[in-house]
Formats: sequence, structure tokens, C-alpha cells
Amino acid sequence: MADLPGLLSLVIFLPAVGALLVAFLKSVDAVRWASLAVTGVTFVLSLGLWLGFDPAVSTAEAPQLATRLPWFGSVDISYFVGIDGLNLLLILLTTLLGPIIVLSSWTYIGKAHRGYYALMLLLETGVLGVFAAFDVFLFYIFFELTLIPMVFIIGIWGGEDRVYAAIKFVIYTLVGSLLMLVGVLWLGFEAGDAVNGGVFTTDWYKLVQFGVPLGLQYAMFGLFALAFAIKVPLFPLHTWLPDAHTQAPTGGSVVLAGVLLKMGTYGLLRFVVPFFPNASAELAMPIAILAVVGIVYGALVAFAQTDVKKLVAYSSVSHLGFVVLGVFAFDTIAVQGSLIQMVNHGLSTGALFLIIGMMYERRHTRAMADYGGIAKTVPVLTFFMLFSVFASAGLPGLNGFVGEFMILIGSWNSPTVGNPLLVAVATTGVIFAAVYLLWMVYRTFFGEVTHEANTTMKDLNGREVGLLVPLAALMLLLGFWPSPFLAQSERAVRSLLETSELKAAAVESAAADEVVVVPVAWPDEVALTPPPAPAHDAAH
Amino acid sequence: MELLVQLILLPPIVIAGLNGVMGLFWPAWRKQEWLLGGLALAAVAVPFAVTCLLFFGFEAAEVVRYFTWLQAGDLRVDFAYRIDELSLLMTMIVTGVGSLIHLYSIGYMHGDDGYWRFFAYLNLFIFAMLNLVLAESLPVLFLGWEGVGLCSYLLIGFWYTDLKNSAAANKAFIVNRVGDFAFLLAMFIIFKTVVDAQGGVFGLDFATLLQPETLALFAGPTGFWVTVLLLIGATGKSAQIPLFVWLPDAMAGPTPVSALIHAATMVTSGLYLLARLSPLVLNSGALWIIATVGAVTAIMAATVAITQNDIKKVLAYSTVSQLGYMFLAAGVGAFFVAIFHVMTHAFFKACLFLGSGSVIHSMHHVEHELEHKGLIPSHHGPGSHDTPLDSEATQNTLRHSPLPYDGPFDAQDMRTMGGLRKFMPITAITFGLSTLAIAGLPPLAGFFSKDEILFRVFEFGQSAHIGYMALWVVGLITAVLTAIYMTRAYLLTFEGTPRWPDSMDTHPHESPWTMTVPLVVLAGLAVVGGFLGLPPVFEDLGLPGSWIHGWLVGHGDHLGPVADSLDPLWASVSPYYEGEHHVSHAVEWALLGLGAVVALVGIGAAVYYFRFGKRGPEADRKARKVFGLFYTPASHVWGWDQFYNATFVRGTVEGARKVFAPFDKNVVDGGVMGLAGLVRRAASGLRGVQTGVVQTYALAIVVGVVAVVALVLFV
Repeated sequence: MADLPGLLSLVIFLPAVGALLVAFLKSVDAVRWASLAVTGVTFVLSLGLWLGFDPAVSTAEAPQLATRLPWFGSVDISYFVGIDGLNLLLILLTTLLGPIIVLSSWTYIGKAHRGYYALMLLLETGVLGVFAAFDVFLFYIFFELTLIPMVFIIGIWGGEDRVYAAIKFVIYTLVGSLLMLVGVLWLGFEAGDAVNGGVFTTDWYKLVQFGVPLGLQYAMFGLFALAFAIKVPLFPLHTWLPDAHTQAPTGGSVVLAGVLLKMGTYGLLRFVVPFFPNASAELAMPIAILAVVGIVYGALVAFAQTDVKKLVAYSSVSHLGFVVLGVFAFDTIAVQGSLIQMVNHGLSTGALFLIIGMMYERRHTRAMADYGGIAKTVPVLTFFMLFSVFASAGLPGLNGFVGEFMILIGSWNSPTVGNPLLVAVATTGVIFAAVYLLWMVYRTFFGEVTHEANTTMKDLNGREVGLLVPLAALMLLLGFWPSPFLAQSERAVRSLLETSELKAAAVESAAADEVVVVPVAWPDEVALTPPPAPAHDAAH
Repeated sequence: MELLVQLILLPPIVIAGLNGVMGLFWPAWRKQEWLLGGLALAAVAVPFAVTCLLFFGFEAAEVVRYFTWLQAGDLRVDFAYRIDELSLLMTMIVTGVGSLIHLYSIGYMHGDDGYWRFFAYLNLFIFAMLNLVLAESLPVLFLGWEGVGLCSYLLIGFWYTDLKNSAAANKAFIVNRVGDFAFLLAMFIIFKTVVDAQGGVFGLDFATLLQPETLALFAGPTGFWVTVLLLIGATGKSAQIPLFVWLPDAMAGPTPVSALIHAATMVTSGLYLLARLSPLVLNSGALWIIATVGAVTAIMAATVAITQNDIKKVLAYSTVSQLGYMFLAAGVGAFFVAIFHVMTHAFFKACLFLGSGSVIHSMHHVEHELEHKGLIPSHHGPGSHDTPLDSEATQNTLRHSPLPYDGPFDAQDMRTMGGLRKFMPITAITFGLSTLAIAGLPPLAGFFSKDEILFRVFEFGQSAHIGYMALWVVGLITAVLTAIYMTRAYLLTFEGTPRWPDSMDTHPHESPWTMTVPLVVLAGLAVVGGFLGLPPVFEDLGLPGSWIHGWLVGHGDHLGPVADSLDPLWASVSPYYEGEHHVSHAVEWALLGLGAVVALVGIGAAVYYFRFGKRGPEADRKARKVFGLFYTPASHVWGWDQFYNATFVRGTVEGARKVFAPFDKNVVDGGVMGLAGLVRRAASGLRGVQTGVVQTYALAIVVGVVAVVALVLFV
């Protein structure tokens, strides 16, 4: 397929344009349909990115389908977006969730429709920008851009404690991101002096080649990693999440769990590990310990919840712990697992929040005690719930297993976090996930119907089934045939890890005041398409 | 070959999907019982036919490869399946017994609201089980392993309106997950060991793993830990100490499920795993752990089985006990004997379970008739609102209960049965034959397989370590106990006089043909199945040797898939092989005789004690008085459940509710919010700025960003 440089920018900004359009529409129906059309077209266009991207072509020099426009004349900040193996799937996940979120909000949102849909569309642009940016300053702008719509979505359309949750969300995130801004500027000046002829630069390709001196690495690592750790969220910085999730409207929870948290793990992988490889390797163990604590701790706290939405929120703390563990494992299998797990978590937790939203719309309660036995009255809803629960619990054959298995087996082999005890404790997550999820199902869906109101609960309508089916289909597809998806990122991940390792070694052995610059490595001996099955020959 | 394997694997999953989706979205489909049940049966019968084709035309082991599942770095797992002697035998059992049980279910589940769901789950189970036994790599095996766990969960909790069933389902899945956790760790160790030593791409496939140079990597402590972890995994799936506690509760599922999943197939997967990796296990130094786990479980569960009144509970503990025998066999490196017992056990235990289902089915009719006559309080399942058990009305009825025990009518309680042979002769005869088979009466199937296990333990005790002689004694005692509890179950159910109320006028009936045909076939197999593994000493009589030994272990210079500790073919792998036979033929004959005597003693004792069924539950009460010291703890399963509830369950529940959740709220969140409060107080001077309006904050952010940009641009 021909190179389509404008396509990516179109995908990124189409929702924002749509937001403007939606803001001027009069009728509620027009707002809904326009939002659906915009997100739908965005999704279809984004499929062009999948077709246009070739995982075999090197992205060592530049990303594919890229656009690069100078932005501020005198400094090296540019509008630089593109696709490589690391971000392709996350961009597609974001555009896929777009129409699903619009459909899930169809009847859920009961007030100020224009504002809600406009903010949602704006949010989509922000998230797409975050994933597509190859300029750290641009990344930062998009990163902050996602904050504002999300705050309003929680604060205006949320539950009873929405304002508290929204402010908590703002303060937490802002603390992190402002520190990151300091880090971005600092790194930009340092890199500018060292590798860019004294001109401030935030170009990812220049920064990734620049070996930050050891002492500075730790300071900058702290500034960047804190922002992302809050976003993930990593234990013990997670307490904004349950409140934000519980209070947000369904669409907000889906986008939060589905893609917003991934900005944290993606940031760690895209920036922290390759920019500061020495610090990352040194500090991998403490971070991995926090991640593993999060896996077990999140699961146990989830188990204690009586609010079904809060339970799923804490399950995110547990699941994202796996992803962080994998990111810091410096192992291809683990990092590949982390990348696919980001997508998996977006699908399965997204589906869980959608289903909980559907239950809330019918009964206006999130307390498990208010349900009980509804499998009898809403079998279709129950089916999708069980499906998503088992995907989330990592049942082989569904998507969750693929990521968890690769993360754990890779971490077991890892040079940085490969402590058997640590990985074994992380693996107990598979037991705990079954514990809290199955008892949630038990309390909510099984037994006799104990509340009168639940006897007349309506099962899913066509729209609701329609928005869950693609998610379920993808969970199954990624569970049985993830290799085409894994192939998209295999080389990019290897390139990232090899570059980081080369750079770490170079920085380690560099003399004082020596400027270290390491070219981005590009592995060539990677089989991206499986060789033909030998059984074909045997059959004839 | 590729197509044939597809014909084995695809029908169950396609029909499961069809029945599931159609049933879920199109209620009219649910009423087509014959159609959807027939389709489901065909989805297992076709694979059975194909397996027979492969089985009888078998020439050499072959691996069929479809597409890549997981690929990253050095890991590459394909959907590949291995057709060899072991996998074909297991596939025969799974699809053969599976077909019979599908046929049986068509009758048994007739009229159930969830008929469509039942068959969708059952087909899904067959698919998962076939993945398990045919897999060429550990991850694909694990896919089947957890898949059968899922189906077990779905089917135990099949009647989900009763929370007891759902709780049992949860227990099964979670306890199995503990085992799966160990299984995962074993895979991690195997992967790292092989990749570190050999480099290159590795997919945890058996072809690589079982090569001599790879096996050499596992000769030391690595192999020991891998085996111990896999054993823990196996104790979960195969219900051994310490993870057996889920299986008795699993009887909450419909009875065909108990027969198929919780007796004949799924619970044997742990043994299959050990047999598949037998060359590794044999050399791991962990055999004694496997043997001990097996022997202790066997005798423990057998003592419990004697004390149970629920017919399915007797069979459940019996299954645990018989699985213990299989582990004992594996623990002396006689993996083929373990698989032999898997097979014979599949025949007689499936028959026993289906027989008990037939009994329960007819006792339910008795129950409905009694309810109709007003002789027992009517109920619509436990937990019903109409007549809660503690209501005065119910209590009054219970006080004058016509039942031989306190409590509501229970169609599974043997104390209400008795004399059923008159009413359901086919069920009684098949059940009786299977009882004799499991009791080890020659020449039925159980005699040969159990005797071969005991013989191998004896032989191993002579040649490897004298400590195994203690396990042999345990095995013998268990054999007596087995004969006693099964004979007791048969007598209480089918002999003597009926004990349900109004038994003169309320009669149970024999089940329909769909249910009795499988019973007859299975009972026939339980009678003749043992001839596939005749003791080697029979060759003295001019009889053929053990077919299953030649098939699995190897014959001539052909090496089979299953290693054996005392076979010259596997001398290179087995550290226990020290030349030919240690046990003389005379001793072998004596041991065979001893086995027969043990069975007769057990059967005879039970027949005498219960006066061939003339004495009923009162005999049990007497036994409780006499043997109280053992009887009472045995009837409480030796306190395993209480122990787990008091430690792990309570620890997790209370820990989560009383420690972790409050800690999260007060310490983690409280700490952060406290810090925020501190900042706020410190900044009280700037209170005018802090408006509390989010828009203002947003504005402040924008202003801040612009300021920073300006800074960057102009500095």
C-alpha cells in the first residue's frame, strides 16, 4: 500500500473536528448519530494504518506513515507523528473503542448531550495524539489534553461523589505530569547541547540516541516515571483510580480503563526505558516489586469490595501490575506480552465496564447485594459477563492468558526482574483473579432472584449486543490467534530493547564528559511470518 | 492426517458454538431436544469413529501442525497435535465413554430448562479434553487443562439457582487454579532451562523436551522441582491430597457430568500429564512423593467413602481413592499401569455414576409422587421461598418425618432407598457388575489393573527401596476397604426392603433406553476390559501378555511413548532398572491370589455385615458406635475442609475485608489525602486562588502550559 502521510493526522484530528461539529448541533439524536458517524469513520480510516504499516520495514530511522512539520521555528520542536510497532495496536484499540463508547452512552447519558459527546471526541483526539507522537513535547501536550475532557466527564456526568473523584483525579495526574514537563524540558536542553548543536530538541529519535549521563538519568527517570506510574496506576499511587472509575459514567470508565491507563504503561515503554536504560535496569527491581505488590494487593482489595464497579477498578490495579512487570523485564517475550496485554486489558475490562453500565442503567445501583440471581432474568447479559470475566481471569483460549503467560515466562527469564520468588508471587495473580471475579459472579448472577425489581430486569437489546459482540470476538481472536498481532510489534520491541542495551553499555563505560550517541538498532533476523507447517508435506 | 485430526477436534467445538449461540439467542431452538442432543452426540461420535480409524491403522507417531499460537523472542508455540499410542488411547476413552454419556444425557436431561446449555458445555468439554490429550506442547495441553476446568465450573454450577452449586463450582475452579499456578511455574522453569542451555526457538513441545539431550538437563534438582510442581498441578486436576477437596463438592453437577468429567476423563488428566512426561519424571528423584501422595490419598478417601450416605459422595470419594491408586502406580514408575487403571476405571466408574444417576432419576419420581400425595413437604429446590426449612410448617412436618433420618427428602440419600433391584433390574445388574469390578473380583477389569498396580509396588519395593513395601500394605488395605464400601453402597441401594415412605404404593421405574444402553455397554467393558492388560505371568499358561504394556511402553525394539522404571527398553532413562526380574513367578501367582482373596474378604465382610441388604442404615449407626474413633473423623473427611476454611479461606476473606481494604482506604489513600490536606493548609495564604471550581484549574493549566512554551521559545 502506498504511503499515506496525511492519513494518521486525519485519524487523530477527525474526532476533534467532529467535536466542534457536535457542539453546534441542536437535537440530541443528531448529536448521537453525528458522534457515531465520526468515531465510526475514524475507526474505518484507522484500519488503513494497519494496512499501510509494514512490520518488516525498518523504523530505526523514522516511523511509518509519518508526518513531520516544524512547529516552533527556533527550537527543534515539531509536530511529529507516525506509526511503529509499539503504537499501532493501541491506536487501533482507541479508534475501536470510539464508536463502542458512543453506543454505550446512547441512553446512559441523560443530560447535556452536546457537551458530553464533544468532550468524548476531543478525548479521543488526545489519546490518539499521545500514542502517535514522536516528539516528546507534542506527547506532553496531548497527554495534558486528555486530562481536561476526562475531568469534566467525571465531574459532570458522574455518580454521586463525582466532584470529589474529579478533583482527586486532576490533582494526582497534574502533580505527575507537571513533574514530567520539567523532565521534558530538562532532557530537551541536555540533548540539545549534546547532540543537536545546542538547539533544544524533543525529537524522539534524537533523544533515544542520546546517552543521558548516569547521574542525570536517575533524576530524569524519577520525573518521567512518576507521571507514568500515577497514570498506570502503580501501587501505592492508585487510589485515584477506584474513585474515578466508580464515579465516571460508563463511557468514561471504558475510556479510562481501555486506553487512558495505557498511556502510563506506554509512556514507560516508549520513553522511560529507552531514554534512561541504565536507571531503568537498576531500578527495575524496586518497580517490579511495586508492580507485583499491586497484582496481589489489587486483587485482595478487589475481593473485599461490595460495589461491582469498584471491584473491577481494583482489578485494573492488579492487571496493570503485570504490564509494568513486563515492561521492566528487558526481555522480548515479556515486553511483547506487555504490549498485547495493554490491548487485552482494554478489551476485557472495557467489556466489563460496559456490562456493569448496562446493569446500572436498568437498576440504578452498583451494589452486588442489590442483584443476585439475575442469570435467570438476563441470560444474554450473563453470558457476556462470564465471557469477559474469564478473559479477564486469564483463561487460555481467551486474550488475557496470552499476555499474562508471555509476561510471566519472559520475566522468569529476565536479566532485571528474573527473580523466581518475585515472578512466582506475580503468578499467584492467576489464583486471586479467579477468586474475586468468580465470587463477584456468584453474588451478582447466581442463586434465586432475591429482589422483586430484578424479576422484571430486561435483557440486552440489539444495540447492546451489537457493541459487545465485536469485543467478545476480538477476545476470542486474540486468545487463539494472537500471532498476527504480535508480529506487528516484534521488530520494534527488539529494536527498542537492543538500542537500550547498547546505550546502557555505552553510558556505563563512557568517560566523564563524553557524549554518548548510539544509533537505533534494527534487528534483521526475525521471522515475522511463521514458516509453512511441515504437516502440509506429511499430508501428501 | 491433517484432515483426520481436524475431524476429531472440530465437530465438538463447532456444535458447542452452534447449540450455545442458537440456544442463547433463539429460544425456539431450546425446545428441539432431539435435534440439539443428537447433534451434540454426533459431535462426539464422529471423532470417536475417526479415532478408531487411526487407532486400528496406527503405524508410527506423527505430529500435525496447524498455526502459530504464541510467538515472541525465543518462544514459539504452535497449535500442534501428537498422534501416538498414548494420545490415541486417551482419545478413544474420551470420545468413546463421551459418546455413551452424551447418549445417556439425552434421556437424563430431558425436560430441563437448560438442556441446550448442558449439551453446549458438554461438547465444549470434549473439545478441551481432546486438546489436552492430543497436545504436542505443554501450553496447548494447558489450554485444554484450563478449558476442562472451565467446563467443570460451568457444569458443576449448572443449576445455578441453588447457590450451593455455584459455590461448589467456584471451589472447583479456584482450587484447580492453585494447581494451575504450580503448572505455570513448571513451564517457566522448563522454558528457561532449555533456552539457556540450547538456545534457539523453543515452544515447550514434547518432541524437543523428550529428547535425550534435553532430558539430561532435568536430571538434577531442576527436574525434581519441575516434577514436584507438575505433581501439584496434577493433584489439583486429579483430586489428590492436598487439593482433592473440590471433587466431592463437584457432585453438585448433573450426574452425567460426574460420570464423564469427574470420574472417567478430566480427573485423569493429571495422570496423563505424568505419563506424557514419564521419561522426565522417572529420572527426577521425586517418584517417592508421587507414590506417597497416591497411597495416602487412596486409603484416606476409602475410609471416607465407607461413611457416606449420599450415593454420589460414595462414588466421589471412591474416585479420589482410585485416582490415588493411579498415582501410586506412577510413583513406582509404572506409568502404563496407571493409564491401564485410568481406562478400566473409566469403564466401571462411569457405569457406577450413570447407574447412580439412573437411581436418582427414579427416586426423583418417587419424591414427586410423595409430594403429590402430601406425604412429604413439597419444595421447589433448596432455598425456596415457599417453605423455608426453618418455617414452623416445615418443622412440624419434619418432626413427624416418615423418613429414616432427619431432614428433607433427598433423592441421593441411600437411607431412603433399598430394594431397588426389583424396580430397576438393568440398573441393578450393571451397577452390581461394576461394583464387583472395582472391588477387584477376578476376572473383571478392576482385578487386573489394581493387581498390576499392587504387584508393581511390591516389585519396586523389592528392587528399589524397601520403603515402598509400606505403600504396598497401604494399597492392600485400601483394596479391602474398596470392596467393603462399594458392596455396602450396592446393598443399601438395591437390596433389602424399600425404605422410602409409602413404598407399597409408590414405585420407582427403570430408566429409558437412552440411559440403559450406555449402562449395559459400560458394564460389559467393566467385565472384559481387564483382558487388555493381563499379568505377564499369564504367559506361563500360554495366554498372550499384556497388550497395553506393549502398546504404551514398547515391544521388541520399538519404544513406546510411556517410560517404565523396570523395563529394559527404558534402561537408559530409568535409574531403577537393574537387570531382569527380581520377583519369581511363584510369588507373582501368590500375589494374584492374594488380590483375589482381598477382594473376596472385603465383599464377604460387607455382605455379612449388612446381611445382604436386610440390615440398612441401622448397621451404619452400629458401626459408628463401634468404630467411633475412626468413623467420626472419617465421616468428616478428616477435617480437610475445616482446616482449609480456617486457614486459607478465612485468611483471604478476613485479610481482604479487615486488613487490606481498610489499609487501602485509611493508610494508602488516607496518606495521600492527608498530604493533600497539609499542602492545602500550608497554602492557606493563597486561598483566594483556590476557588474549588474545576474550570479555574483548567484555565490555570492552560495558562501554565502557554507560559512554559513561551519560556522555551524565548529563553
